[in-house]
Amino acid sequence: MKLLTLNFLTCAIKTCKTSPSSFPLHPQDAELEIVESDVNMAFLRNILPRLMWEELRGITRELGLPELPETAPAAEDLGEPSQVAKDLHRLLLETSIREGKLVCGNCGHEYAVKEGIANFLLPGHLV
Amino acid sequence: MREYLVRLVQMHESFRKAELQALADVSGVEMHIIKYEEDSPFCVIGLPSDKAAHAMISRSILSQGIYELWGHGRNYNALHASIKNLSPSKWNAYHETPFRFTLDSFRGSRTPTEQRDIVESFSYLEFAGPIRMKEADVSFRVFEDYDHEAPEPKYLYMGRFISGSGRHAKTMYDLKKRHYISTTSMDAELALLTANIALAAPGKFFFDPFMGTGGFPIACSHFGAITCGSDIDGRSIRGTGGSARKGQMGKKDVEGNFRQYGLEERYLGGFVSDLTNTPLRITTPCGNEQNGGYLDGIICDPPYGIREGLKVLGSREKLGDKERATHHDRCKEPTYIPPKRPYSFIAMLDDILAFAASTLVDGGRLSMWMPTANDEDIELVIPTHPCLEIVSVCVQPFNKWSRRLLTYRRLSDSEVSQDSLHMTKKEYETGIKADELNGFRRKYFEGFKEFQKLRLETATGRRVSDESTELEKTSN
Repeated sequence: MKLLTLNFLTCAIKTCKTSPSSFPLHPQDAELEIVESDVNMAFLRNILPRLMWEELRGITRELGLPELPETAPAAEDLGEPSQVAKDLHRLLLETSIREGKLVCGNCGHEYAVKEGIANFLLPGHLV
Repeated sequence: MREYLVRLVQMHESFRKAELQALADVSGVEMHIIKYEEDSPFCVIGLPSDKAAHAMISRSILSQGIYELWGHGRNYNALHASIKNLSPSKWNAYHETPFRFTLDSFRGSRTPTEQRDIVESFSYLEFAGPIRMKEADVSFRVFEDYDHEAPEPKYLYMGRFISGSGRHAKTMYDLKKRHYISTTSMDAELALLTANIALAAPGKFFFDPFMGTGGFPIACSHFGAITCGSDIDGRSIRGTGGSARKGQMGKKDVEGNFRQYGLEERYLGGFVSDLTNTPLRITTPCGNEQNGGYLDGIICDPPYGIREGLKVLGSREKLGDKERATHHDRCKEPTYIPPKRPYSFIAMLDDILAFAASTLVDGGRLSMWMPTANDEDIELVIPTHPCLEIVSVCVQPFNKWSRRLLTYRRLSDSEVSQDSLHMTKKEYETGIKADELNGFRRKYFEGFKEFQKLRLETATGRRVSDESTELEKTSN
């Protein structure tokens, strides 16, 4: 799963969703993989305003990846493409989690990631 | 505004206008439909330019091409008169150009001699350029529209070729050539068509909550969208559950399908989840503050509960304390399988709408397939949501039933009336068995002779007994 996915994922447990600490999920024991691809400017421009910047910065810190700037770049900073755009592309669309787990900051529930696919099915007692 | 002729294909008729409109929307082109008939593959539309015509039709699935309309009429005399009246100003530009002149007879045919005579009858256009059947600089075409088995065409058109369609993608994505499919994979043509109607395009972000082997996300990515999907059955995403194809060996998964088409950079990934307990961020639907949606489109073919079970997380019966403790203790074991229960199809449709309302951006689209028994056609309730406006309803009829593609547009919060948000909670079918929960499934199986017994029981009003549980097992 490419790292951008984490920008949209929270804990699957309904009662957790209302708590701010259920987002983002925290990757643990993550095995990362980088697959290079062309920078998709149209997509970066479109998705930029939908990024939860603070939370993404937190995730990069937890994964030990190069730190993101303090504030989100403006659309015009992306250039054709600028270094900022290339860095964002590298982080969000070239880096993916192959193995590991995603942990909810509110309830501590762990979601396993295997072969790049996270499993969010809840056990019987949590539905 | 200039007139163009779209040569449609004569199939999936009820999808054709919806696709044309969607293509105009996605290309930002102002289009007017001037002439359209369900029984004809010739459609006349008004567009601002050749460029707009190309932008629209080059990604169309249900057409073959678009032509600048030079003339039309009920017979050849009328057609020639119309061309002489409407288009003489255009003739001169092609005086010396290498050209091609062909005939397209729909539901009719002409002998080579007749074809030649017809083409010759246009000699007044005075095209002196060389004739090239291949790689001509400009192509002209005469179209004949016949009624079934009629000796003479009922209407004629003539036009200059502007652009071919995107219909070849249907062959490229043909399921027969896809490495990994399942029993319920959507036909490539319809998947691409759905992606078009949902406005999949470069830069956009699309999601399929019932992705299976990824047919819809692949179709959306073909049109340039970045896609992501989920399914309650992890085996279909990971590909460890085998393929529907006999004798298929080796690792096959959704990622491999994207790789087959060179689209892997547009695939964000798949995850295992249940829509009723989705891990995706849910923003408060409508009302205060801004719409926090992040999806440009959702397209899906939800399980109808016939060929694939309609299940969600949870247990058939409420768990006791002891069982809950067992689940708690065991859930971290690698062999643990979360319990699932049958679910009401109607409730699922409403869940999809609610999910769409809280994840789509303003103007984002939801395109969803749903079945309809033919005899219920009129009473059929198309699910609604105050934040979603229905854009199009397209029907694909089968022998004993039909299904439809519903497309909704996410309204901006200012367009939504606040009163309508306070919907009364609906009553869904209750029960714990699949047949009790799913009216469509019940009707579908009632229609088949194999389920005589079940029918008899229903007819005599007897309570569905253990026997039907047996039947249910067989049907699953």
